[in-house]
Amino acid sequence: MGPLVPFIISNEFNLIIALIAGIGFGFVLEQAGFSSTKKLVGLFYGYDFTVLKVFFTAGVTAMIGVLLLGHWGLLDLSLIYINPTFLWSALLGGAIMGVGFIIGGFCPGTGVCAAAIGKLDGMAFMFGTGLGVLVFAVGYPMLEKIYLGEAWGGVLMSDVLGMSKIVFAILLTITAFVAFYFTGLIENKVNGVQSEVDKKKRSIYISAIGFAFVVLAVIVFMPDSKSRLESRITKELNHKDFTTFLVPADKLAGEIVNNYYQINIIDVRSPEAFKDYHLPFAINIPVEKLNDRQWKEIIDQKHKVNYFYADEIQVAEKAYLMADHLGKADNFILLESAANFRKLFSELTPPGPDANKKEINTYNFRLKAAKDMKMLVDALKNSSEPGSVKTSKIKGGC
Amino acid sequence: MNPYLAGFLLGLVLLGTIYVTGRGLGASGAVKSVVLSSVVKVAPQHSANTPFIKTYSEEHPDGPLKDWLVFEVIGVIIGAFFSGVISNRVGIKLERGPNITNRTRIIAAIVGGGFFGFGSQLGRGCTSGAALSGMAVMSFGGIITMFAIFGSGYAVAYFFRKLWLK
Repeated sequence: MGPLVPFIISNEFNLIIALIAGIGFGFVLEQAGFSSTKKLVGLFYGYDFTVLKVFFTAGVTAMIGVLLLGHWGLLDLSLIYINPTFLWSALLGGAIMGVGFIIGGFCPGTGVCAAAIGKLDGMAFMFGTGLGVLVFAVGYPMLEKIYLGEAWGGVLMSDVLGMSKIVFAILLTITAFVAFYFTGLIENKVNGVQSEVDKKKRSIYISAIGFAFVVLAVIVFMPDSKSRLESRITKELNHKDFTTFLVPADKLAGEIVNNYYQINIIDVRSPEAFKDYHLPFAINIPVEKLNDRQWKEIIDQKHKVNYFYADEIQVAEKAYLMADHLGKADNFILLESAANFRKLFSELTPPGPDANKKEINTYNFRLKAAKDMKMLVDALKNSSEPGSVKTSKIKGGC
Repeated sequence: MNPYLAGFLLGLVLLGTIYVTGRGLGASGAVKSVVLSSVVKVAPQHSANTPFIKTYSEEHPDGPLKDWLVFEVIGVIIGAFFSGVISNRVGIKLERGPNITNRTRIIAAIVGGGFFGFGSQLGRGCTSGAALSGMAVMSFGGIITMFAIFGSGYAVAYFFRKLWLK
Protein backbone atom coordinates (compact mmCIF):
# COMPACT_ATOMS: atom_id res chain seq x y z
CA MET A 1 0.00 0.00 0.00
CA GLY A 2 1.32 3.41 -0.95
CA PRO A 3 2.93 5.72 -0.20
CA LEU A 4 5.93 3.41 -0.39
CA VAL A 5 8.25 5.85 1.40
CA PRO A 6 9.30 5.36 4.15
CA PHE A 7 7.69 1.98 4.81
CA ILE A 8 8.86 0.06 1.77
CA ILE A 9 11.40 2.37 0.21
CA SER A 10 13.99 3.94 2.49
CA ASN A 11 14.47 7.66 2.78
CA GLU A 12 17.90 7.36 1.22
CA PHE A 13 16.60 5.64 -1.86
CA ASN A 14 13.87 8.26 -1.97
CA LEU A 15 16.44 10.68 -3.35
CA ILE A 16 16.93 8.41 -6.34
CA ILE A 17 13.15 8.41 -6.78
CA ALA A 18 13.32 12.22 -6.72
CA LEU A 19 15.83 12.16 -9.55
CA ILE A 20 13.67 9.80 -11.61
CA ALA A 21 10.48 11.79 -10.96
CA GLY A 22 12.35 14.95 -11.92
CA ILE A 23 13.54 13.44 -15.19
CA GLY A 24 9.95 12.54 -16.08
CA PHE A 25 8.74 15.97 -15.00
CA GLY A 26 11.38 17.86 -16.96
CA PHE A 27 10.98 15.70 -20.04
CA VAL A 28 7.22 16.20 -20.22
CA LEU A 29 7.41 19.94 -19.51
CA GLU A 30 9.95 20.42 -22.27
CA GLN A 31 8.03 18.21 -24.69
CA ALA A 32 4.92 20.25 -24.00
CA GLY A 33 6.84 23.28 -25.23
CA PHE A 34 7.15 24.92 -21.82
CA SER A 35 10.76 25.86 -22.37
CA SER A 36 9.47 28.61 -24.62
CA THR A 37 8.23 31.70 -22.88
CA LYS A 38 6.08 32.64 -25.87
CA LYS A 39 4.07 29.52 -25.36
CA LEU A 40 3.72 30.21 -21.65
CA VAL A 41 2.58 33.82 -21.79
CA GLY A 42 0.26 32.98 -24.69
CA LEU A 43 -2.14 31.91 -21.99
CA PHE A 44 -2.48 35.47 -20.77
CA TYR A 45 -2.89 37.04 -24.20
CA GLY A 46 -5.24 34.43 -25.54
CA TYR A 47 -3.22 33.16 -28.47
CA ASP A 48 -1.98 29.92 -26.96
CA PHE A 49 -3.72 27.99 -24.20
CA THR A 50 -1.23 25.12 -24.08
CA VAL A 51 -0.42 25.88 -20.45
CA LEU A 52 -4.03 25.53 -19.41
CA LYS A 53 -4.48 22.34 -21.41
CA VAL A 54 -1.38 20.65 -20.05
CA PHE A 55 -1.81 21.92 -16.52
CA PHE A 56 -5.48 21.09 -16.16
CA THR A 57 -5.15 17.69 -17.82
CA ALA A 58 -2.24 16.82 -15.53
CA GLY A 59 -4.06 18.00 -12.41
CA VAL A 60 -7.27 16.15 -13.23
CA THR A 61 -5.40 12.98 -14.22
CA ALA A 62 -3.42 12.93 -11.00
CA MET A 63 -6.43 13.83 -8.89
CA ILE A 64 -8.61 11.06 -10.31
CA GLY A 65 -5.68 8.68 -10.00
CA VAL A 66 -5.15 9.54 -6.35
CA LEU A 67 -8.84 8.98 -5.64
CA LEU A 68 -8.87 5.67 -7.50
CA LEU A 69 -5.78 4.35 -5.72
CA GLY A 70 -7.28 5.43 -2.42
CA HIS A 71 -10.55 3.75 -3.29
CA TRP A 72 -8.84 0.47 -4.06
CA GLY A 73 -6.85 0.66 -0.86
CA LEU A 74 -3.55 0.97 -2.74
CA LEU A 75 -2.74 4.42 -1.40
CA ASP A 76 -3.28 5.64 2.13
CA LEU A 77 -4.82 9.06 1.58
CA SER A 78 -4.42 9.95 5.23
CA LEU A 79 -0.64 9.87 4.82
CA ILE A 80 -0.10 11.89 1.66
CA TYR A 81 1.08 15.46 1.93
CA ILE A 82 -1.68 18.04 1.71
CA ASN A 83 -0.40 21.57 1.22
CA PRO A 84 -1.53 23.45 4.31
CA THR A 85 -3.69 26.49 3.82
CA PHE A 86 -2.53 29.87 5.04
CA LEU A 87 -5.12 32.08 3.45
CA TRP A 88 -3.36 35.44 3.24
CA SER A 89 0.02 34.19 2.18
CA ALA A 90 -1.54 31.84 -0.40
CA LEU A 91 -3.47 34.69 -2.02
CA LEU A 92 -0.81 37.36 -1.78
CA GLY A 93 2.03 35.01 -2.70
CA GLY A 94 0.00 33.76 -5.67
CA ALA A 95 -0.72 37.31 -6.82
CA ILE A 96 2.97 38.21 -6.66
CA MET A 97 3.84 35.06 -8.58
CA GLY A 98 1.32 36.04 -11.27
CA VAL A 99 3.10 39.35 -11.76
CA GLY A 100 6.41 37.52 -11.93
CA PHE A 101 4.95 35.17 -14.54
CA ILE A 102 3.96 38.04 -16.83
CA ILE A 103 7.19 39.99 -16.46
CA GLY A 104 9.57 37.06 -16.47
CA GLY A 105 7.70 34.74 -18.80
CA PHE A 106 8.40 31.60 -16.79
CA CYS A 107 7.58 29.86 -13.58
CA PRO A 108 10.38 28.11 -11.67
CA GLY A 109 9.74 24.64 -13.15
CA THR A 110 9.59 25.87 -16.72
CA GLY A 111 12.47 28.29 -16.13
CA VAL A 112 14.66 25.33 -15.15
CA CYS A 113 13.62 23.52 -18.34
CA ALA A 114 14.43 26.55 -20.47
CA ALA A 115 17.81 27.00 -18.78
CA ALA A 116 18.53 23.29 -19.28
CA ILE A 117 18.28 23.59 -23.06
CA GLY A 118 20.41 26.72 -23.16
CA LYS A 119 17.91 29.58 -23.03
CA LEU A 120 19.64 32.60 -21.56
CA ASP A 121 16.36 34.16 -20.43
CA GLY A 122 15.59 30.95 -18.52
CA MET A 123 18.92 31.21 -16.73
CA ALA A 124 18.30 34.89 -15.97
CA PHE A 125 14.87 34.02 -14.62
CA MET A 126 16.29 31.37 -12.31
CA PHE A 127 18.93 33.81 -11.10
CA GLY A 128 16.14 36.27 -10.34
CA THR A 129 14.19 33.56 -8.54
CA GLY A 130 17.15 32.98 -6.28
CA LEU A 131 17.33 36.70 -5.54
CA GLY A 132 13.62 36.76 -4.74
CA VAL A 133 14.02 33.89 -2.29
CA LEU A 134 16.88 35.70 -0.64
CA VAL A 135 14.89 38.92 -0.32
CA PHE A 136 12.08 36.97 1.28
CA ALA A 137 14.43 35.24 3.71
CA VAL A 138 15.98 38.52 4.79
CA GLY A 139 12.67 40.35 5.00
CA TYR A 140 10.89 37.48 6.73
CA PRO A 141 10.47 39.16 10.13
CA MET A 142 8.35 41.85 8.48
CA LEU A 143 6.28 39.30 6.61
CA GLU A 144 5.79 36.79 9.37
CA LYS A 145 2.33 38.01 10.24
CA ILE A 146 1.06 37.53 6.71
CA TYR A 147 3.04 34.33 6.29
CA LEU A 148 1.43 32.65 9.27
CA GLY A 149 -1.96 34.38 9.24
CA GLU A 150 -5.24 32.51 8.82
CA ALA A 151 -3.71 29.07 9.21
CA TRP A 152 -6.37 26.52 8.32
CA GLY A 153 -4.17 23.45 8.21
CA GLY A 154 -4.44 20.80 5.53
CA VAL A 155 -8.00 21.46 4.47
CA LEU A 156 -9.31 20.14 1.20
CA MET A 157 -11.24 21.99 -1.44
CA SER A 158 -14.09 19.57 -0.92
CA ASP A 159 -14.21 20.32 2.83
CA VAL A 160 -14.44 24.04 2.22
CA LEU A 161 -17.19 23.64 -0.35
CA GLY A 162 -18.99 21.15 1.84
CA MET A 163 -19.12 18.33 -0.66
CA SER A 164 -17.57 14.90 -0.92
CA LYS A 165 -14.24 14.46 -2.63
CA ILE A 166 -15.71 12.59 -5.53
CA VAL A 167 -18.36 15.23 -6.24
CA PHE A 168 -15.66 17.86 -6.33
CA ALA A 169 -13.57 15.66 -8.61
CA ILE A 170 -16.48 15.26 -11.02
CA LEU A 171 -17.16 19.01 -11.04
CA LEU A 172 -13.50 19.83 -11.64
CA THR A 173 -13.30 17.29 -14.46
CA ILE A 174 -16.36 18.78 -16.14
CA THR A 175 -14.91 22.28 -15.67
CA ALA A 176 -11.69 21.14 -17.32
CA PHE A 177 -13.45 19.80 -20.40
CA VAL A 178 -15.63 22.88 -20.72
CA ALA A 179 -12.54 25.08 -20.37
CA PHE A 180 -10.74 23.11 -23.07
CA TYR A 181 -13.63 23.65 -25.44
CA PHE A 182 -14.03 27.38 -24.91
CA THR A 183 -10.32 28.20 -24.82
CA GLY A 184 -10.13 26.46 -28.18
CA LEU A 185 -12.71 28.89 -29.49
CA ILE A 186 -10.86 31.87 -28.02
CA GLU A 187 -7.58 30.65 -29.50
CA ASN A 188 -9.15 30.49 -32.95
CA LYS A 189 -10.60 33.94 -32.63
CA VAL A 190 -7.42 35.63 -31.40
CA ASN A 191 -5.29 33.94 -34.03
CA GLY A 192 -7.90 34.58 -36.72
CA VAL A 193 -7.98 30.98 -37.89
CA GLN A 194 -10.65 28.35 -38.14
CA SER A 195 -8.86 25.21 -37.00
CA GLU A 196 -11.08 22.17 -37.17
CA VAL A 197 -10.39 19.11 -35.09
CA ASP A 198 -10.19 16.24 -37.56
CA LYS A 199 -12.28 13.14 -37.23
CA LYS A 200 -9.62 10.86 -35.85
CA LYS A 201 -8.55 13.36 -33.20
CA ARG A 202 -12.14 13.99 -32.25
CA SER A 203 -12.81 10.33 -31.61
CA ILE A 204 -9.66 10.14 -29.48
CA TYR A 205 -10.80 13.15 -27.46
CA ILE A 206 -14.26 11.70 -26.97
CA SER A 207 -12.83 8.39 -25.78
CA ALA A 208 -10.51 10.22 -23.38
CA ILE A 209 -13.44 12.14 -21.91
CA GLY A 210 -15.40 8.90 -21.70
CA PHE A 211 -12.49 7.17 -19.98
CA ALA A 212 -12.24 9.91 -17.35
CA PHE A 213 -15.91 9.55 -16.49
CA VAL A 214 -15.77 5.75 -16.47
CA VAL A 215 -13.03 5.92 -13.86
CA LEU A 216 -15.03 8.44 -11.84
CA ALA A 217 -18.07 6.14 -12.09
CA VAL A 218 -16.00 3.22 -10.81
CA ILE A 219 -15.10 5.27 -7.75
CA VAL A 220 -18.72 6.29 -7.20
CA PHE A 221 -20.43 2.97 -7.74
CA MET A 222 -17.99 0.26 -6.75
CA PRO A 223 -17.65 -0.39 -3.02
CA ASP A 224 -14.20 0.59 -1.79
CA SER A 225 -11.68 -1.90 -0.49
CA LYS A 226 -12.46 -1.14 3.13
CA SER A 227 -16.20 -1.75 2.91
CA ARG A 228 -15.61 -4.85 0.77
CA LEU A 229 -13.38 -6.29 3.46
CA GLU A 230 -15.84 -5.26 6.13
CA SER A 231 -18.75 -7.05 4.47
CA ARG A 232 -16.66 -10.14 3.84
CA ILE A 233 -15.69 -10.27 7.50
CA THR A 234 -19.26 -9.77 8.65
CA LYS A 235 -20.32 -12.65 6.45
CA GLU A 236 -17.61 -14.96 7.69
CA LEU A 237 -18.25 -13.99 11.27
CA ASN A 238 -21.67 -15.57 10.99
CA HIS A 239 -20.62 -18.73 9.23
CA LYS A 240 -17.12 -19.64 10.23
CA ASP A 241 -16.48 -22.28 12.84
CA PHE A 242 -13.76 -20.96 15.11
CA THR A 243 -13.39 -24.06 17.33
CA THR A 244 -9.98 -25.04 16.01
CA PHE A 245 -8.62 -21.55 16.57
CA LEU A 246 -9.76 -21.14 20.14
CA VAL A 247 -7.07 -21.43 22.76
CA PRO A 248 -7.84 -21.85 26.45
CA ALA A 249 -6.16 -19.58 28.97
CA ASP A 250 -3.96 -22.30 30.44
CA LYS A 251 -2.48 -23.12 27.08
CA LEU A 252 -1.79 -19.48 26.32
CA ALA A 253 -0.17 -19.03 29.71
CA GLY A 254 2.09 -21.97 28.92
CA GLU A 255 2.97 -20.39 25.57
CA ILE A 256 3.79 -17.12 27.28
CA VAL A 257 6.08 -18.80 29.77
CA ASN A 258 7.88 -21.01 27.27
CA ASN A 259 7.65 -19.23 23.92
CA TYR A 260 7.04 -15.57 24.66
CA TYR A 261 9.47 -14.59 21.91
CA GLN A 262 7.51 -16.46 19.28
CA ILE A 263 4.08 -15.04 19.94
CA ASN A 264 2.23 -11.78 19.71
CA ILE A 265 -0.47 -11.24 22.25
CA ILE A 266 -2.77 -8.63 20.88
CA ASP A 267 -5.31 -6.87 22.99
CA VAL A 268 -7.98 -5.57 20.65
CA ARG A 269 -9.94 -3.68 23.31
CA SER A 270 -9.89 0.04 23.85
CA PRO A 271 -6.72 1.73 25.15
CA GLU A 272 -8.50 2.48 28.44
CA ALA A 273 -9.36 -1.14 29.06
CA PHE A 274 -5.82 -2.08 28.10
CA LYS A 275 -4.40 0.38 30.57
CA ASP A 276 -6.57 -0.98 33.30
CA TYR A 277 -5.44 -4.57 32.81
CA HIS A 278 -3.75 -6.53 30.08
CA LEU A 279 -2.11 -9.87 29.61
CA PRO A 280 1.64 -10.10 30.05
CA PHE A 281 3.49 -8.95 26.92
CA ALA A 282 0.24 -7.89 25.28
CA ILE A 283 0.20 -5.01 22.85
CA ASN A 284 -2.87 -2.92 22.30
CA ILE A 285 -4.37 -2.58 18.86
CA PRO A 286 -8.05 -1.66 19.06
CA VAL A 287 -9.98 -3.81 16.61
CA GLU A 288 -11.06 -0.86 14.46
CA LYS A 289 -7.44 0.11 13.98
CA LEU A 290 -6.20 -3.34 13.12
CA ASN A 291 -6.12 -2.58 9.42
CA ASP A 292 -3.90 0.48 9.79
CA ARG A 293 -0.75 -0.13 7.86
CA GLN A 294 1.49 0.62 10.79
CA TRP A 295 0.45 -2.64 12.45
CA LYS A 296 1.02 -4.85 9.46
CA GLU A 297 4.65 -5.50 10.26
CA ILE A 298 3.66 -6.65 13.71
CA ILE A 299 0.68 -8.76 12.80
CA ASP A 300 2.12 -10.26 9.67
CA GLN A 301 5.32 -11.90 10.87
CA LYS A 302 6.46 -15.21 9.49
CA HIS A 303 7.82 -16.62 12.71
CA LYS A 304 5.32 -15.24 15.15
CA VAL A 305 1.92 -16.56 16.07
CA ASN A 306 -0.79 -14.07 16.97
CA TYR A 307 -3.17 -14.51 19.88
CA PHE A 308 -6.10 -12.14 19.99
CA TYR A 309 -8.23 -11.44 23.00
CA ALA A 310 -10.98 -9.04 24.02
CA ASP A 311 -13.83 -8.87 26.48
CA GLU A 312 -16.27 -10.50 24.10
CA ILE A 313 -15.33 -13.45 22.01
CA GLN A 314 -17.01 -11.96 18.90
CA VAL A 315 -14.65 -9.02 18.96
CA ALA A 316 -11.66 -11.31 19.18
CA GLU A 317 -13.09 -13.39 16.36
CA LYS A 318 -13.43 -10.31 14.20
CA ALA A 319 -9.84 -9.38 14.93
CA TYR A 320 -8.85 -12.92 14.00
CA LEU A 321 -10.58 -12.59 10.62
CA MET A 322 -9.05 -9.20 9.93
CA ALA A 323 -5.59 -10.50 10.70
CA ASP A 324 -6.29 -13.54 8.57
CA HIS A 325 -7.00 -11.30 5.58
CA LEU A 326 -4.07 -9.09 6.32
CA GLY A 327 -1.25 -11.57 6.36
CA LYS A 328 -0.09 -15.13 6.39
CA ALA A 329 0.78 -15.50 10.06
CA ASP A 330 -0.96 -18.10 12.21
CA ASN A 331 -3.71 -16.58 14.30
CA PHE A 332 -5.52 -17.82 17.37
CA ILE A 333 -8.18 -16.55 19.72
CA LEU A 334 -8.12 -16.64 23.49
CA LEU A 335 -11.20 -18.50 24.63
CA GLU A 336 -11.49 -16.55 27.85
CA SER A 337 -12.14 -12.88 28.16
CA ALA A 338 -9.49 -10.52 29.50
CA ALA A 339 -11.30 -10.36 32.82
CA ASN A 340 -11.38 -14.15 33.14
CA PHE A 341 -7.70 -14.47 32.39
CA ARG A 342 -7.05 -11.98 35.12
CA LYS A 343 -9.16 -14.00 37.54
CA LEU A 344 -7.42 -17.24 36.62
CA PHE A 345 -3.88 -15.96 37.00
CA SER A 346 -3.73 -12.67 38.85
CA GLU A 347 -6.45 -13.26 41.40
CA LEU A 348 -5.83 -16.90 42.00
CA THR A 349 -7.86 -18.45 44.81
CA PRO A 350 -6.47 -21.60 46.48
CA PRO A 351 -8.65 -24.70 46.14
CA GLY A 352 -10.75 -25.75 49.12
CA PRO A 353 -9.84 -28.67 51.36
CA ASP A 354 -12.08 -31.08 49.45
CA ALA A 355 -10.53 -30.32 46.08
CA ASN A 356 -9.62 -33.27 43.95
CA LYS A 357 -6.18 -33.93 42.55
CA LYS A 358 -6.94 -32.38 39.19
CA GLU A 359 -8.04 -29.14 40.73
CA ILE A 360 -4.94 -28.96 42.86
CA ASN A 361 -2.75 -29.63 39.83
CA THR A 362 -4.47 -26.87 37.90
CA TYR A 363 -4.02 -24.53 40.81
CA ASN A 364 -0.34 -25.30 41.07
CA PHE A 365 0.13 -24.90 37.36
CA ARG A 366 -1.54 -21.51 37.36
CA LEU A 367 0.34 -20.37 40.39
CA LYS A 368 3.65 -21.24 38.79
CA ALA A 369 2.65 -19.80 35.43
CA ALA A 370 1.58 -16.53 37.06
CA LYS A 371 4.89 -16.36 38.89
CA ASP A 372 6.90 -17.15 35.78
CA MET A 373 4.99 -14.64 33.70
CA LYS A 374 5.59 -11.96 36.25
CA MET A 375 9.24 -12.83 36.42
CA LEU A 376 9.58 -12.73 32.65
CA VAL A 377 7.81 -9.42 32.38
CA ASP A 378 10.08 -7.93 35.03
CA ALA A 379 13.19 -9.37 33.45
CA LEU A 380 12.31 -8.17 30.00
CA LYS A 381 10.79 -4.90 30.99
CA ASN A 382 13.26 -2.84 29.06
CA SER A 383 13.91 -5.04 26.09
CA SER A 384 10.44 -6.27 25.37
CA GLU A 385 8.59 -2.98 25.21
CA PRO A 386 6.70 -3.22 21.96
CA GLY A 387 8.41 -0.76 19.69
CA SER A 388 5.85 1.88 19.00
CA VAL A 389 5.72 2.39 15.27
CA LYS A 390 6.16 6.03 14.51
CA THR A 391 3.68 7.45 12.11
CA SER A 392 5.91 9.35 9.83
CA LYS A 393 4.87 12.69 8.54
CA ILE A 394 5.52 13.24 4.91
CA LYS A 395 6.99 16.55 4.02
CA GLY A 396 6.29 18.13 0.72
CA GLY A 397 5.52 21.34 -0.97
CA CYS A 398 7.58 23.60 -3.05
CA MET B 1 3.58 16.90 -28.36
CA ASN B 2 -0.17 17.19 -28.16
CA PRO B 3 -0.86 19.27 -25.03
CA TYR B 4 -3.48 16.88 -23.70
CA LEU B 5 -1.17 13.93 -24.13
CA ALA B 6 1.59 15.89 -22.42
CA GLY B 7 -0.81 16.77 -19.62
CA PHE B 8 -1.87 13.15 -19.22
CA LEU B 9 1.75 12.01 -19.04
CA LEU B 10 2.58 14.77 -16.57
CA GLY B 11 -0.41 13.68 -14.51
CA LEU B 12 0.93 10.13 -14.47
CA VAL B 13 4.39 11.32 -13.40
CA LEU B 14 2.74 13.29 -10.60
CA LEU B 15 0.51 10.38 -9.60
CA GLY B 16 3.47 8.00 -9.57
CA THR B 17 5.42 10.42 -7.41
CA ILE B 18 2.56 10.72 -4.94
CA TYR B 19 2.10 6.95 -4.86
CA VAL B 20 5.75 6.24 -4.20
CA THR B 21 6.72 9.15 -1.96
CA GLY B 22 3.44 10.55 -0.64
CA ARG B 23 4.29 14.02 -1.92
CA GLY B 24 4.00 15.90 -5.17
CA LEU B 25 6.44 17.64 -7.45
CA GLY B 26 8.03 21.02 -6.93
CA ALA B 27 10.57 23.47 -8.21
CA SER B 28 10.93 26.64 -6.17
CA GLY B 29 11.79 24.67 -3.04
CA ALA B 30 15.00 23.54 -4.69
CA VAL B 31 15.95 27.14 -5.40
CA LYS B 32 15.26 27.91 -1.77
CA SER B 33 17.49 25.05 -0.64
CA VAL B 34 20.38 26.11 -2.82
CA VAL B 35 20.08 29.81 -2.01
CA LEU B 36 19.67 29.46 1.72
CA SER B 37 22.44 26.90 2.07
CA SER B 38 24.76 29.17 0.12
CA VAL B 39 23.93 31.98 2.48
CA VAL B 40 24.72 29.75 5.42
CA LYS B 41 28.08 28.87 3.82
CA VAL B 42 29.01 32.43 2.89
CA ALA B 43 27.72 34.25 5.93
CA PRO B 44 27.16 31.90 8.85
CA GLN B 45 27.02 34.76 11.30
CA HIS B 46 24.32 36.55 9.40
CA SER B 47 22.30 33.35 8.89
CA ALA B 48 22.16 32.68 12.58
CA ASN B 49 20.48 36.05 13.01
CA THR B 50 17.98 35.56 10.21
CA PRO B 51 15.07 33.57 11.58
CA PHE B 52 13.82 32.18 8.23
CA ILE B 53 17.25 30.82 7.34
CA LYS B 54 17.81 29.53 10.84
CA THR B 55 14.60 27.52 10.78
CA TYR B 56 15.53 26.17 7.39
CA SER B 57 18.99 25.00 8.47
CA GLU B 58 17.52 23.40 11.55
CA GLU B 59 15.10 21.45 9.39
CA HIS B 60 17.85 20.38 7.01
CA PRO B 61 20.77 19.34 9.15
CA ASP B 62 22.32 17.34 6.31
CA GLY B 63 22.56 20.28 3.94
CA PRO B 64 20.92 20.89 0.59
CA LEU B 65 22.42 17.87 -1.12
CA LYS B 66 20.08 15.67 0.87
CA ASP B 67 17.02 17.64 -0.10
CA TRP B 68 14.36 15.81 -2.09
CA LEU B 69 13.53 18.77 -4.30
CA VAL B 70 17.16 19.47 -5.15
CA PHE B 71 17.47 15.93 -6.49
CA GLU B 72 14.18 16.30 -8.30
CA VAL B 73 15.26 19.52 -10.00
CA ILE B 74 18.56 17.93 -11.05
CA GLY B 75 16.29 15.34 -12.67
CA VAL B 76 14.25 18.10 -14.32
CA ILE B 77 17.42 19.52 -15.87
CA ILE B 78 18.41 16.10 -17.19
CA GLY B 79 14.90 15.31 -18.47
CA ALA B 80 14.44 18.68 -20.14
CA PHE B 81 17.87 18.52 -21.74
CA PHE B 82 17.19 15.05 -23.07
CA SER B 83 13.85 16.20 -24.45
CA GLY B 84 15.56 19.20 -26.03
CA VAL B 85 18.12 16.95 -27.67
CA ILE B 86 15.59 14.62 -29.25
CA SER B 87 13.45 17.55 -30.42
CA ASN B 88 16.50 19.47 -31.62
CA ARG B 89 15.91 22.49 -29.44
CA VAL B 90 19.19 22.70 -27.54
CA GLY B 91 21.35 25.75 -28.09
CA ILE B 92 22.26 29.08 -26.57
CA LYS B 93 19.24 31.26 -27.33
CA LEU B 94 17.37 34.23 -26.04
CA GLU B 95 13.69 34.46 -26.63
CA ARG B 96 11.99 37.85 -26.46
CA GLY B 97 8.99 39.82 -27.66
CA PRO B 98 9.37 41.58 -31.02
CA ASN B 99 9.55 45.11 -29.59
CA ILE B 100 12.17 44.82 -26.89
CA THR B 101 15.93 44.52 -26.82
CA ASN B 102 17.88 41.57 -25.50
CA ARG B 103 18.93 43.68 -22.57
CA THR B 104 15.34 44.50 -21.63
CA ARG B 105 14.44 40.85 -21.88
CA ILE B 106 17.22 39.76 -19.54
CA ILE B 107 16.32 42.46 -17.02
CA ALA B 108 12.63 41.52 -17.23
CA ALA B 109 13.49 37.85 -16.73
CA ILE B 110 15.53 38.64 -13.63
CA VAL B 111 12.84 40.95 -12.22
CA GLY B 112 10.09 38.47 -13.03
CA GLY B 113 12.12 35.70 -11.46
CA GLY B 114 12.54 37.88 -8.40
CA PHE B 115 8.81 38.31 -8.06
CA PHE B 116 8.24 34.61 -8.58
CA GLY B 117 10.91 33.63 -6.10
CA PHE B 118 9.57 35.98 -3.48
CA GLY B 119 5.95 34.99 -4.10
CA SER B 120 6.74 31.29 -4.03
CA GLN B 121 8.21 31.61 -0.56
CA LEU B 122 5.26 33.59 0.70
CA GLY B 123 2.76 31.26 -0.97
CA ARG B 124 4.65 28.11 0.11
CA GLY B 125 5.14 26.81 -3.37
CA CYS B 126 5.03 27.70 -7.01
CA THR B 127 3.02 26.52 -9.97
CA SER B 128 4.36 23.00 -9.49
CA GLY B 129 4.47 22.52 -5.75
CA ALA B 130 1.43 24.53 -4.72
CA ALA B 131 -0.84 24.72 -7.76
CA LEU B 132 -0.31 21.46 -9.64
CA SER B 133 0.49 19.15 -6.74
CA GLY B 134 -2.13 20.92 -4.65
CA MET B 135 -4.77 20.26 -7.28
CA ALA B 136 -3.86 16.56 -7.39
CA VAL B 137 -4.58 16.19 -3.68
CA MET B 138 -7.42 18.76 -3.68
CA SER B 139 -5.63 21.04 -1.25
CA PHE B 140 -7.61 24.22 -0.71
CA GLY B 141 -4.46 26.26 -0.17
CA GLY B 142 -2.87 24.91 -3.34
CA ILE B 143 -5.91 25.58 -5.47
CA ILE B 144 -6.44 29.15 -4.25
CA THR B 145 -2.75 29.82 -4.86
CA MET B 146 -3.30 28.59 -8.40
CA PHE B 147 -6.25 30.95 -8.90
CA ALA B 148 -4.22 33.81 -7.42
CA ILE B 149 -1.29 33.16 -9.78
CA PHE B 150 -3.37 32.99 -12.93
CA GLY B 151 -5.86 35.62 -11.82
CA SER B 152 -3.15 38.14 -11.11
CA GLY B 153 -1.41 37.18 -14.35
CA TYR B 154 -4.52 38.07 -16.31
CA ALA B 155 -5.07 41.21 -14.26
CA VAL B 156 -1.65 42.67 -15.06
CA ALA B 157 -1.13 41.15 -18.52
CA TYR B 158 -2.44 44.28 -20.23
CA PHE B 159 0.18 46.53 -18.60
CA PHE B 160 3.07 44.39 -19.71
CA ARG B 161 1.82 43.64 -23.22
CA LYS B 162 4.70 45.60 -24.77
CA LEU B 163 7.09 42.96 -23.45
CA TRP B 164 5.43 40.25 -25.49
CA LEU B 165 3.14 41.50 -28.25
CA LYS B 166 3.65 43.47 -31.42
